[in-house]
Parts: sequence; C-alpha cells; structure tokens
Amino acid sequence: MLKDITLGQYFPGNSPLHRLDAMMKLLLSVVYLAVIFLIRNFYGYALLALFTFALIRLSAIPVKFVLKGLKPLLMFIAFTAVLNLFMTDGTVIWRVWFLTVTREGVAYAVAMLLRIVFLVLGTSLLTYTTSPIALTDGIERLLKPFGKMGLPTHELAMMMSIALRFIPTLLEETDKIMKAQTARGADFQSGNLLKRAKALLPLLVPLFISAFRRADELATAMECRCYRGGNNRTRLNASKIGRIDYFAGGILAVFCALILLANAA
Amino acid sequence: MITTERLQFKYSEEREEEALRDVSVTIQDGEFVAVLGHNGSGKSTFAKHLNAILLPVGGTVYVDGIDTKDERRLYDIRQAVGMVFQNPDNQIVATVVEEDVAFAPENLGVPSAEIRKVVDWALETVGMGGYKRHAPHLLSGGQKQRVAIAGVLAMKPRCIVLDEPTAMLDPIGRREVVATLRRLNKEEGMTIVLITHNMDEAVSADRVVVMSGGGVVLDDTPRKVFADVARIKALGLDVPQVTELMYELRREGLDVPTEILTVDEAYQALKCRCISGVSG
Repeated sequence: MLKDITLGQYFPGNSPLHRLDAMMKLLLSVVYLAVIFLIRNFYGYALLALFTFALIRLSAIPVKFVLKGLKPLLMFIAFTAVLNLFMTDGTVIWRVWFLTVTREGVAYAVAMLLRIVFLVLGTSLLTYTTSPIALTDGIERLLKPFGKMGLPTHELAMMMSIALRFIPTLLEETDKIMKAQTARGADFQSGNLLKRAKALLPLLVPLFISAFRRADELATAMECRCYRGGNNRTRLNASKIGRIDYFAGGILAVFCALILLANAA
Repeated sequence: MITTERLQFKYSEEREEEALRDVSVTIQDGEFVAVLGHNGSGKSTFAKHLNAILLPVGGTVYVDGIDTKDERRLYDIRQAVGMVFQNPDNQIVATVVEEDVAFAPENLGVPSAEIRKVVDWALETVGMGGYKRHAPHLLSGGQKQRVAIAGVLAMKPRCIVLDEPTAMLDPIGRREVVATLRRLNKEEGMTIVLITHNMDEAVSADRVVVMSGGGVVLDDTPRKVFADVARIKALGLDVPQVTELMYELRREGLDVPTEILTVDEAYQALKCRCISGVSG
C-alpha cells in the first residue's frame, strides 16, 4: 500500500517543454509567476489563459491530468475567493443580513481565484515536465553564484538527490517492518490519535537504525567510487543553455510585453 | 597487482584481539581469487584494505606498487581497485540507472562525451544495456547488483573486489552476478577478488584463499583446497555439495575420487566406477 505513493509528478515525455534546460525552466517559471501578479484587467487574464493552455498543449500532457493538480487546492481556492468576496470595502451592490458584497469585492475575488489557479497550473507544468534529478541539477546551477558566499550548493543538491533516491527504498522498508509487526499483533489502524502515534514508535526505531546503517554503507560506497565533493566534477548530461532555451526566453518576453500592453488598454 | 605484507589490523586501540594478523597475499594480474571464511574470519576487513577504505595498523598493502598509506595517491588506488558491496540498495546513488553508473567518472572529472561512452560500455558489459533509463528501485536484486558492478566498471579499474555480492540475492540473481564476473575475468582480463561464503561460487575461481581468525589458513586452487574435506569442515565451512557427496560415498567404502568440484565431473567419475564395477 505504501508503494502506491507516486513520487514527484514527473510525466516522462519528449516535448519541447521537456527538452528545455531545467535551470532555464526554473527561471522562466519564476518570471511567469511574477507576471501573473502584474495583470490588471480582463484582457490580461484572457492572454494568460491562452498562453497557459498553449503551454499545456505543447507539453503533450493530457489537460485533464494538469487540471487534476488543482483538486487538492479546491477548498483553499474557494475559501480565499469567498473571503475576498465579502471582506472588501467599496460600492455595495448586494446586502443580506451582515454580509455585504461590493463591486470591488467581486473583482478582487475573481482576480484572486484566477491568480491561484494559474499559479498552480504553472508550477505543476514545471514539475510535470522536469524529472526530479534535472530539477535538483537546475537548482544547483541556479544557486551557484551563492556558492562563492559560502553556501554549500553542491552538497545541498547531492543531499536532495540522495533523499529522492532513498524515498522508495525506505518506504519499502517501512512496509516490511509494518507487516512484520502486524504479524506479531501490532495494531496501526485503530485507537485514537495518541494511541496510533504510540504504535508508530516501535516502527520508527528500527527504521531509523536501518537508515543510519544504510547511510554509512552508502558513504563507503561513494568513497570507493572516488567521490570528493563538487570540485572538478563533470556531468554525464552536461546541461547547456541552447537554442531552444533562448527561444523560450524570447517567447516569454513577448508574452510579458503583451501583458503590459493589455494593462494599458 | 595487489600485494599485502604481514598485514595487521585492529578495530580499536584498547581491544587486544586483532581483526587481521600477518596476512601476506599476492594477487596477480588477471587472477580470479575467491576469499572464503566464516563470519568474523576477517575476510571483509581484508577486502576493505585492498582499496584503502581501511589502512593497516601493521604491515603494508601495495596496489600496483603504491603503498595504500600514501594519501596523495588515494584516488589512483581507488580507481585501480573498484569495490562492490553486499547490499545493492546501499550503493546506488542516483534515481536513474545511467546516472548512477556515471557517478564515478563524474567524480573523476571525465569529459561528458567520454562518460557517455564508458557508461554505455559498462552497462553493455554487465548485460544491462537495455535498462539505461530505468529506475534502480524497480529492478530485481541481481539486476541492481549488476548495475552496481557497472558503476564500478565505469572507473575502468584493473581489479574489482566484491564483498559478498550475492549474499542478499535469490538463486537466479546469484547466477547472473557470478556469470558476469566470470565473463569480466575471461573477456576483459579483469582481476577479480570475490569474498564469499558460498562454496559453489568459490569453485569458479582460479584460486581460493581460506581465512580463519584473521589469518590465512589455506591458499591454493579450488580443487586442492576442497579436497581436504575434513580440514574445511573443521574451519566451520562447507565444501561444494558434489564434493561432499563424493566424500560421503568414499566414507561408505566406495572407491571414488574426492577431488571433484562439478556435477559433470562427478557423473564421469561415477559412470567409470559403475562400468568398471560391472565388468570387474
């Protein structure tokens, strides 16, 4: 049952979006997110919707799949919209009991709703089209300038990728320990919260011990393979910013300009 | 290739007992050596000295003429002698097979184009060429261990030391790994040091070194080592099953040779015996 948890949301493919360099994609995503907050009117949102839909089509990921990313946030989105709807001061257009709806409130609620939806769509498109390894690599390269200020960028990226690597292994192990203890009468399912938390303790202790042992063995194995930190390290898939990345940057720049134009309209 | 001279080792200063005492072994280029011994015999400790994971307390270890205590040559030593451990899960670093195999050459600063070549070669050599883009945790134990071997091969070492690489595998995985090692030894001329307590694996070696109590007690061809069934048993080890069978037959008074390691040899010996028995 624990094995069913999917990790990351990477959706393998070979679309132009998949082929973009991870660092570039991260940067472009940040710009995209920033642009969302610059939009002032309906034309801007229409443009944004068009652009985002085009990106989804380009990524060759089923639209339904991308929209599914919104589902866990539905409550949050509704809550924010409702709150904005009733709590904004301005020209009252509707009043019932102590609730007042203002013209500004409606506009603000709709804007907020659209912003969150596109924020989620944009970021999930990033994680759908970028493998965790590429993402880690992209983050490492983005952080590189901070390396000179003493931030251990290579080590951070290494830790992230090893953590990703060991999640399925440790899940499998947890499953095994749980089964072994269930076989000996342990009960993880019933009782109140405190009782269930207590039942987890005998699960965590062996899990931690085994994790430490694994870490020790992994460290030795890495030493055997001449690991010595990030200095002079090369990469199998040397990521280079190429034509397609500049092209993507250009498209986004045009999109930004259009949004600014729409704001003026 | 590797020489140890009166190698001694202790895990802690206070304790008297030595993990290794006076181990002098020379491993030739291209040899396939199996190191046997029961738990606590010092065989794993010995293995860890061969690429400077542990440094001797007394005596010396030379790899290609380099003293393993020479810190400036540490990475030359580690590159020349690769090491594979028991649990494949704890040696695989990356979430994609080819990225993991690339780990060592990446550390060595090999240019990308060459890493690609050496990774393809290493995976092809262990018969895992079709799994480049797979996630390691979805492979079988034997496949994982072969990926771990490829990860070491990618350093282009001259010798590979394997510390009980099959202990956690099922019989199929075990066969895959041993076949891979034999092929590496025969076709690539790779020196192999296989630490094991599986007798049937030791049979495929050119030479068997038996360790007990931190020292070397026997060092000869598998045939000669396993011929002395009583001695091997006294050391708390087993002989290959076929050898055991012949030994028992002989004890029952049947005149069969005991220097037998494979089922085929046993079949031939017993067939001759039957024919001569009938005619005589």
